[in-house]
Parts: sequence; structure tokens; C-alpha cells
Amino acid sequence: MTDISASPAGKSKGSSLLELDSRTRRRNAAERRFQIYGIVAIAIALAALLMLLVSIFSGGSSAFRQTFATFDMTLPAEQLDPEGNRDPAEMARVTTIGYQNVLRAGLVAAVRDAGIVPDGVADADITGILSPEAAADLRNRVLANPDLIGTTVDIDALVHGRIDGYFKGRVTMESAVRDANITPERLQIAEAMVENGLMSTRFNWGFVTKPDASDQRPEAAGLGVALLGSLYMMLVVLVLAVPIGVAASIYLEEFAPKNRFTDVIEVNISNLAAVPSIVFGILGLAIFINFAHLPQSAPIVGGLVLTLMTVPTIIISTRASLRAVPPSIRDAALGVGASRMQSVFHHVLPLAMPGILTGTIIGLAQALGETAPLLLIGMVAFVRDYPDAPPEGLFDPASALPVQVYNWTQRADPAFVERASGAIIVLLAFLLVMNAIAIILRRRFERRW
Amino acid sequence: MSVLWITLIVLAIAAIAYGVSRRKAIEETKGDVRRLHSLPSYYGWFSFISSAVPAFLVLLVWLVIQPMIIGNRVNDALQLPEDATIVQGMAATRDARAVSVALDEALSRGVLQQGDIAQFAADPASLGPALRDADIELSVIVTPQLLDAARVYSSTVSMLNTLMAIVVIGIAIVGAGYAIRRITPDFRARNVVERMVMLLLIGASVIAILTTIAIVLSMVFETVNFFRQYPWTEFFFSFTWAPVFQGISQLGLLPLLWGTLYISAIALAVAVPIGLFSAIYLAEYASKSVRSVAKPLIEILAGIPTIVYGLFALITVGPLLRDWIAQPLGLGSSGSSVATAGLVMGIMIIPFISSLSDDIINAVPQSLRDGSLGLGATRSETIRQVVLPAALPGIVGAVLLAASRAIGETMIVVLGAGAAARISGNPFEAMTTITVKIVSQLTGDTDFNSPETLVAFALGLTLFVITLTLNIFALYIVRKYREQYE
Repeated sequence: MTDISASPAGKSKGSSLLELDSRTRRRNAAERRFQIYGIVAIAIALAALLMLLVSIFSGGSSAFRQTFATFDMTLPAEQLDPEGNRDPAEMARVTTIGYQNVLRAGLVAAVRDAGIVPDGVADADITGILSPEAAADLRNRVLANPDLIGTTVDIDALVHGRIDGYFKGRVTMESAVRDANITPERLQIAEAMVENGLMSTRFNWGFVTKPDASDQRPEAAGLGVALLGSLYMMLVVLVLAVPIGVAASIYLEEFAPKNRFTDVIEVNISNLAAVPSIVFGILGLAIFINFAHLPQSAPIVGGLVLTLMTVPTIIISTRASLRAVPPSIRDAALGVGASRMQSVFHHVLPLAMPGILTGTIIGLAQALGETAPLLLIGMVAFVRDYPDAPPEGLFDPASALPVQVYNWTQRADPAFVERASGAIIVLLAFLLVMNAIAIILRRRFERRW
Repeated sequence: MSVLWITLIVLAIAAIAYGVSRRKAIEETKGDVRRLHSLPSYYGWFSFISSAVPAFLVLLVWLVIQPMIIGNRVNDALQLPEDATIVQGMAATRDARAVSVALDEALSRGVLQQGDIAQFAADPASLGPALRDADIELSVIVTPQLLDAARVYSSTVSMLNTLMAIVVIGIAIVGAGYAIRRITPDFRARNVVERMVMLLLIGASVIAILTTIAIVLSMVFETVNFFRQYPWTEFFFSFTWAPVFQGISQLGLLPLLWGTLYISAIALAVAVPIGLFSAIYLAEYASKSVRSVAKPLIEILAGIPTIVYGLFALITVGPLLRDWIAQPLGLGSSGSSVATAGLVMGIMIIPFISSLSDDIINAVPQSLRDGSLGLGATRSETIRQVVLPAALPGIVGAVLLAASRAIGETMIVVLGAGAAARISGNPFEAMTTITVKIVSQLTGDTDFNSPETLVAFALGLTLFVITLTLNIFALYIVRKYREQYE
């Protein structure tokens, strides 16, 4: 080890230190390439996220707007209330068809009065722009308030999904020629109506509040039942998963002796957190529906299945926040004579609360977006009736937000794709709010020991 | 009496028991609480728990059993054939319930009188129109048996509900009375209450085990049923999947397994390089501010529900791949394809790989890096030759976890991969997976006696076993690796 003075190998004499030789240059290039790979990878991931959000928002934001025909008409008493008693029970005998005729006549009169159609146009082309749902809406409105009969009212009628699609750019004059549901003439009438203020596209609360509609009426489909169903399921998850998860974590973290039994529980929990969600659906179908005979499509079954899925998530985050409470707190409590149970419930648990809440909210957000298990327990069924108030309503059929999205993607009319994207916007909005609350809670109450 | 009311009454009884016992404990000491063994509130909690917990347990069990009893009695009244399936039985019960609800509605509105119902028994067909006149919806066709069943239904329900209320509230009162009688100053209330709470805590932990047992049992039973009707060799080794309702189906696992693995492989081919390189960049190169922005943004991808990815595959990625790659190259004309599902699933699992790898790379001790840099290696050389080999077992674990996630993923493949079971190498063709077939065999009209439905349970069990093996293996590797540097 004495010949330290050996000249550096591979380096020609006389080259300057300020000049990089080819090998160093190659190595520096490799270094730069490697960094660029990293940047490109992050860029691709972020671009994918951006593309996903843009595709959903550009396709779905129009679902919140809907085209309505607005005009005045007098509701004829002799047709809608033949007995003249204004008694809702008697008036209910007039079916939707009766209202449809009235509404159509009113629309034709309004359009012809405005003088925007040439005389040659058939009445059928004018009435064809209305949605079949419009008459049902009018009927509900009149039955709720019989005094409207005989007066002149403002009508806000849903128009046919294809007309709505025309104003949103989904339907064109060319496609209308080939379409059995719409003709170019009707589109022209609709355009003339817009110019005359008889028709407008505006924000539509019905998308969020109304129930689902049949295959032929995308314009009337809404998220009301799905939102209620999801809300009920979240209630069930909150009521069941949080106490169970927190209790299990307290036992495992604070009291459990280290033995075979608790080892089995621990391995179980970490595996349950990674079981594919569809397997929980099979469990729900076999146990809750086939064995326990709970009703299909009911939020209670969905809630139970999601509870089983959420409990491991809550346990994992609760244990982490219990572990973060320093042992000195426990020792101090024990030192002044508290029992172990008292030290946990009076001191450790309150200090771990923010962490537990954050974990709970994130668990709930996961459960809210879960779809696959709900498909298997029959939540895909077409449900038009709102469930009752809980607790009885938990057993009524309902849908769920993500399942409604799936349901709409399976329908033929392309207008449902717009609705599905719109429903996802609602879903993402809920998730954003929940996660924001979780982040705020963490920021605000997080303690560093 | 509804469940809500029973719950409230039981809670009220328990609350009263709390107050009474607390006061009794204090009174027994004649005002000198130091003579009590425990704090007064423990005497209250003792009575509260003794009264409420048994009552609620009974209520819970009752609620599970009641629908079974009702279903059986209604099915007896309907004289369903012996071999009627569970689903038929449930449909019958639902019809009976619908009739019963409609009749109750009519009675409460005064449209019908109690006597009228007997009259309708003779002529059940007229019931529907009569109800419709009163604007009460009834979509089922009323037969004499069904009307009978509806009456059995409503009488059983009201009988059982009353009985449930009496039993549950009775238990609450008995529990409260028993607890209050036991209270003396010497009674060690705190110890007893703490033992009770401990039992509740243990009970909650056992639910995790019960869930696993329930998962395995629910699938094993039906799988055994399936293999009684269908040879297991055919299921595991047949290359055709062709379910026919009525007739002889071919239910071979292999095409589904091929689709599952092909899609997962594409997903991993997308996610592993992207996830790994982002993790390396974030852990080794990125400045603090870049890291604090990019890391949460990538993790957003993990928080997006899979149905959103499914829709993304269906409306954006599928048509894009079809119009720009598959059709120009003449490889296929289907929007749903293995490539679509794989690509989107790859995007979904990027955050799993990147955050797990990030943790693992950060866990590699700084001394290793310092040593390598000190010898003159560039940073990328250090990462490639020192950090990555040290982190490799952990990264393999992360990839395995991601693979298990990909294999079990449902909504992306349901919406993006198609439903045709075939074995082919062309990534632009529609293929199908185990999860898609579980969904399609178990939704809609299902008959739990036919192999076409039962096969879903065998598929579920296969899926469960595959993912469980991957998970256990991955967790084992990750855990072993972590211990190495701790």
C-alpha cells in the first residue's frame, strides 16, 4: 500500500480538470436521463389524473342543466276535474294521459300564438318535443294543489331528451334524420321556441332530487333515491363500524395479551383489508339475503356489507393513532391510581380522537364509492319510490350513488352517459368534502409529542 | 311497535336504572360516599349495562330470525312446492307483503272495511281494481292463496312484533331490577363494569375473525354444492366458458383466469415503471415543495372510486384506443378490450406502488447512500446499485400487493374489458375476468340450484384464495424487510 503516487488510470496526461472526459460526460448524461425518467413518470401520473377529471367534468357538467319549455296555459276544469269538487281523490281518476292531452293542447296553442311555425306543420311535431314525463309532473303539481284548476299557470315542462341533447351538442340535424325518436322539423321548432323565449336550458335541481326514470326518459332521471340510499348506508356504517372498529382497536392495542389468539386476529384484520370487495358482496348475498332473509336492494344489507369492509380500515387507523399517544400519559394516569380501563377511556382515547375521526371519515369515503359488492345484493334494481324515513326505510328498496352510475352506463340512450358523468361529479363532490374535513381535522388537532 | 321505539324505551329503562342505582348506592352509605367501594357512577353504569346489553342482543337476534319465520309461514300458506327455490320463496313473501301493505293502507284510509276483505276472498281478482280506484298501487296479481298468505303475513308480523316488544322490554326491566337489587356499598361495581366493558371490547375484535369465517363458509358451502352438480376437473381445466340456462353449460375457469392475468399484467406493466420512477424521484431528487404538491396529487388517484375509473375506461380510453390504435392497425374494433381495462387499472394502482415504494426507499438507511456517494458514485448510480437492491424485497412486496388489487378489481373490468370469454393474445380484443363473471352470474334472476349461478361461488373462492396467497406472501416479505433495518 505504498504506491499511492500511481497516476490516475485511463486519464491521458495533460487533460484539464475543468474539462470533462468522455466517461464522466456519459455518467452525467445517465444521471440526467434518470432524473428525466422520474419527472416523466410523475408527469404521466398527473396527466392521467387530469385527463380523468377533465373527461368526467366535461362530459358530466351538462347533466346539471336541462331544457324546459315554458309557457302559460289555463288548466281546463272540465277535463281535469269532471266532478267539479276539487277533491284530490276524485281528481286522481284523471290519468296521466288526460293531463298529457291538456298539456299538448296548451303547448300547441302557445306555439301557434307566438307565430313561429308555418301553418303546414302538424300538431304532432309540436307536441313531440315534450317529454312523456312532463304530463306526470303536471299531474303531481295539480293533485298537490287542486286550486290551480281553472286558473292560468306557468308551465315548466321537461322537453324530450333528444331536444335537450340538441342544445347540448349531442344530437345534430344529421343524426336526427336517422333517429326514430326525433325529426329535424322538431329541432327547428325547438330552436324557434328558444328564440321566442318559450324554451330555455337552465340549472336543473331535479337531477339531484328526482328518482330514476325509465330507459326512454333520460331527461327525467335523477339521483334522489340513490342519494338517500347512499345516505342510509353511510348511517348504518357510521352507527356500526365506528363503535366496533374503535372497540376492537382499544382491545388489540391496549389490553390484548400477546398470544396465539390475538395474533390470529391481527393477521385476520390485515388480510380482510386486502380482500377484493366483490368477495364481500358474495358474503352479503349468501349470509344476509339467502340465510338471514333480509330484503334485496335494501340499504340495511348494503350498510352491513360496507360495515364489514370498513371495520378493518377503521381499526388500522385507530390503532395507529392510539399508538401515537405517548406511554407517559398512561403511566401518569396509572400513577395517580386510575385503573387501566380508566386511563384508556379518560386519557388516551380523548387524545387519540382527532386521528380516529380522520380515519373514520376516510373509511366512510371509501365505503361511499364502493360499487361491486352492492351489485351482488341487488342494488341495481330499478327503484322509483323514495325509501321511508329510517329505521323502517332501511328495509325499503333503494339505489346507491355509484350503483346508479353503473346502472346508467348499461342503458342504450347516450343521454344516460351524460347523466352517469354528472352523478360521478356529485359523488366526487361528496368525497372531496369528506376528505377536506379529514384534512382540516388533522391539521387543526394534530399533536406532536 | 317499531324497532326505533323499542330501542328508545330500552334506553330509557337503562337510563332510569342508571339514576336509581347511583342514588341507591349513595343513599345506602347515608351520604358518606367514601364508604362505597367504587365511584357512584360505576353503580349506575353497572345497572345500565345489565339492562341494555342483554336486551339489545336479544333484539338483534330476533331481527335476524323474524324474517325467516315469516317467510316459512307465508310459504306454508301459499303451499309452495317442496322444491321451490329460496328466490321463489322470497318473491312469494314479497308479494304477500305487498298485498298486506296495500290492504292496511286501504283500511287506514277507510276505503275498505274489515268485513270487505272476507268478501274479496271469494273474488280476489276484484281486489286489484278496487284498490286502484283508491289510488293504491298493487302490481301483483291477487290469487286466493296470495290473499290468504297476505293475511297470514300481517297476522304473523303483528304477533311477532308485539311479542318482540314484550320480550325485549321485559328483559331490560328484569336486568335493571336484578342489577339494582345487587347494589350495596360493598359491591365492587368498578371491577364488574370494567370486566363487562372488556368483554364488549373482545367481542368487537372477534368480529374480524367472524367475518373471515363467514366469507369462507359462505363460499365453501355453495362451492361444494356446485361441484356436486359439475365435475371439478372440467371447472379447473376446461378451455371453454359457455353458460347456457337450460341445457348443458360449459363452465371452464381457464379463459377467465387468462383474461384476469392478462389485464393484471398490462396494468402492472403500466403501473410499475411509472409508480417506481415517481417514488424514486420523490424520495431522492424532489425538493420539499415539489414533494408536498406531487405526492398528495398522485395519492388522489388512490381515493377515486373504481366506478369512476370504469366510466373513464368506457367513455374515454376505450374509444380512444379503438379509433387511434386498434382500428388503424386492424387489430380489432371493440371499445372494450384488455388494453383499455389494463391501462386504466394501471393508472389506478400507480399510487399503491408509488407510496409503498416511497416508504420503503425512505427506510433505506442514509449511511448506505453516504457510503456510495463518498466513493464517487453519482446519485443515479447510488440509487440503481445501492438503494434499489437494498429496497428490492420491499418493492417486490408492493408489486405483489398491487397485483392482488388488480386481480380482485371489478368495476373497471366490468365496464372496460367486455364480457366475451376467450383466450387470445391480441390486447385489443374484448376478454373477460373472474370478477366480471361473478357479477354477471349473480345479478338479475338467479336460481341457487343451478350450476350457472353456483359457479359464481366457486369463482369467488378461487379469487379469494389467489388474492389471499398473494397478500400473505407480500405482507411476509414487507414485514421481514422492515425488520432488517429497524
